[in-house]
Amino acid sequence: MRSHFQLVLTLVASLAASAGWSETLGDPVKGAKVFKKCQSCHQVGEGAKNRVGPHLNGIFGSKAGSDPTAKYSKGLIRAGDDGLVWTHETLDAFIENPKALVSKTRMSFRGIKGADDRLDLLAYLRGFSDEPSNIPEAEPTAQGNYHNLDPAILAIVGDSEYGEYLASECMTCHQTSGANDGIPGINGWPTEDFVVAMHAYKQKLRPHPVMQMMAGRLSDEEIAALAAYFKDLE
Amino acid sequence: MNFNRRLFLGTGVAAATTLAAPNVFAAGHGKPRVVVVGGGAGGATAARYIAKDSKGAIDVTLIEPSRMYYTCFFSNLYLGGIKTIDDLGHSYGTMAAGGVNVVHDWAVDVDRDAKTVSLAGGGSVPYDKLILSPGIDFVDGAVEGWDLSSQNAMPHAYKGGSQTELLKSQIAAMPQGGTFAMVAPPNPYRCPPGPYERVSMVAHYLKANNPTAKIIVADPKPKFSKQGLFQEGWANHYDGMIDWIGDDFGGGNVSVDPDAMTVTIDGEVTKVDVCNVIPAMKAGRIAELAGVTDGNWAPVNAADMSTKADADVYVLGDASQQGDMPKSGFSANSQAKVCANAVRGALTGSKVFPAKFSNTCWSLIDTNDGVKVGATYEATDEKISKVDGFISQTGETAEMRKATYEESEGWYAGITADMFG
Repeated sequence: MRSHFQLVLTLVASLAASAGWSETLGDPVKGAKVFKKCQSCHQVGEGAKNRVGPHLNGIFGSKAGSDPTAKYSKGLIRAGDDGLVWTHETLDAFIENPKALVSKTRMSFRGIKGADDRLDLLAYLRGFSDEPSNIPEAEPTAQGNYHNLDPAILAIVGDSEYGEYLASECMTCHQTSGANDGIPGINGWPTEDFVVAMHAYKQKLRPHPVMQMMAGRLSDEEIAALAAYFKDLE
Repeated sequence: MNFNRRLFLGTGVAAATTLAAPNVFAAGHGKPRVVVVGGGAGGATAARYIAKDSKGAIDVTLIEPSRMYYTCFFSNLYLGGIKTIDDLGHSYGTMAAGGVNVVHDWAVDVDRDAKTVSLAGGGSVPYDKLILSPGIDFVDGAVEGWDLSSQNAMPHAYKGGSQTELLKSQIAAMPQGGTFAMVAPPNPYRCPPGPYERVSMVAHYLKANNPTAKIIVADPKPKFSKQGLFQEGWANHYDGMIDWIGDDFGGGNVSVDPDAMTVTIDGEVTKVDVCNVIPAMKAGRIAELAGVTDGNWAPVNAADMSTKADADVYVLGDASQQGDMPKSGFSANSQAKVCANAVRGALTGSKVFPAKFSNTCWSLIDTNDGVKVGATYEATDEKISKVDGFISQTGETAEMRKATYEESEGWYAGITADMFG
């Protein structure tokens, strides 16, 4: 396990020297403490096994929901099939608010709000993803920050009448009845989760190409309007 | 009376027309009147949205001859044996519950001065705003040797329903090692990937039931929608079965003989067992009769789908000439919502929001091998203009292709619920 830490620290040192990222990379020793929050469901390190959640060895660079021996929600498997790969950026978003990135994930964990805690945790976990092929070149410098959505964006009060009009475009695929025949229903989604999820598509953190395209041209006000409309739709 | 009539129409008893027509006149009561001609992806959606959102403030009449709508989208999956004909059929019975008066008749003419639509069954229906969503008809003489009287020998199967069933039965009756020919259409036409998904689905059927059969496609175009994806899929799943002859190799120099069941491509005569002729297309005839077409299609304003010829007449979907959107059910459904919002605003003063359009076309190459292409659009002064788009990539994983197919099933359930309520 020490060698894992060394690898991370070496990477940290070399990248910090070359790119000046020292301030934004986490501390794996602190991260080991943060990981205690995860331990009741996840194991990591030598001999780690799947328990309530999958073990986290080699998580960086792997496709979401791709361990055939682990139990996943349909939502997570679907996200993986749609192209969700665990990178520093996507893991950071997931740990911050699991349901914002993958609706209906089995991971009933409210998330870690502190950005520094997440950085530390990810620095720790990276020590167990030491196959170079598992670590895309851009890692670990890529820093997701979509979830640091400007509080002003989350505070926008949506115009639900405009939302109803905009929602008609959603209804071509997402049924008003809320039925899921291959495309999930989105009725009654809490406003903040809706807004964060749509911005995650807009920032191309969530993988689906149709949704990236649809969200990509919506303004902050339009996303708020849709959230306001769907919140009350039964 | 109203309740009984709805029940009556919903159960699909014959001769509803004669009872329905007088009722349409009586339904005015000074309310603004919208008449929609054609109950497909454009017309059904527009009628339902206007009725739903105006909450009774607008009188909405849908004129549609058929009692059941058979979608053209997904009909290739029926040809492939993946869907049944019943999967494609949708009743108009639910429209009445949504506040739409459904009149099962043919609209045979439009008097734009008197603002009336006349019906084949007699009588006419007055409108304040008229929405035409008639789909496509075929250009006379587009394929040498073929006209509408040949459609039993050589089906087009490019309108959902009986033609699709006819083509399916002809494919099933092919002798072992027989030949299926397709004459593909020139641009622009309904559902750009449609002919090539059809080739895929026919190949899928033949591979299981008639594996030595051959498929020939004569195409007047040098390239086609999702070509790389289709050709990759054909090589993977149906190697050696499909011969696509593009314009570069004389695919556009084609004639047919429905009596002899031959196809002549660039001078070479081939005897075939099934010939699917998909001729060049134009707007459904009622658009031409209404005098809102220019050439083969009806030019419209992008902001609200009103015609260039008449601000009170709108054309949706395949029949319209709008700019960058492909002719598809998804596009028609998208345009219908923009149009419904604008029409309701014009008649009741409700808020009109800016036009946003989108389209995605899913195609199935083989079981669980789905691909898609899509784009978003906005209205400019000149046309509906593309904003952004995406397309599936060659070499995608089997899991991703399966997810894409399952998504297309979700879309089918979604759009048909959106059209019919």
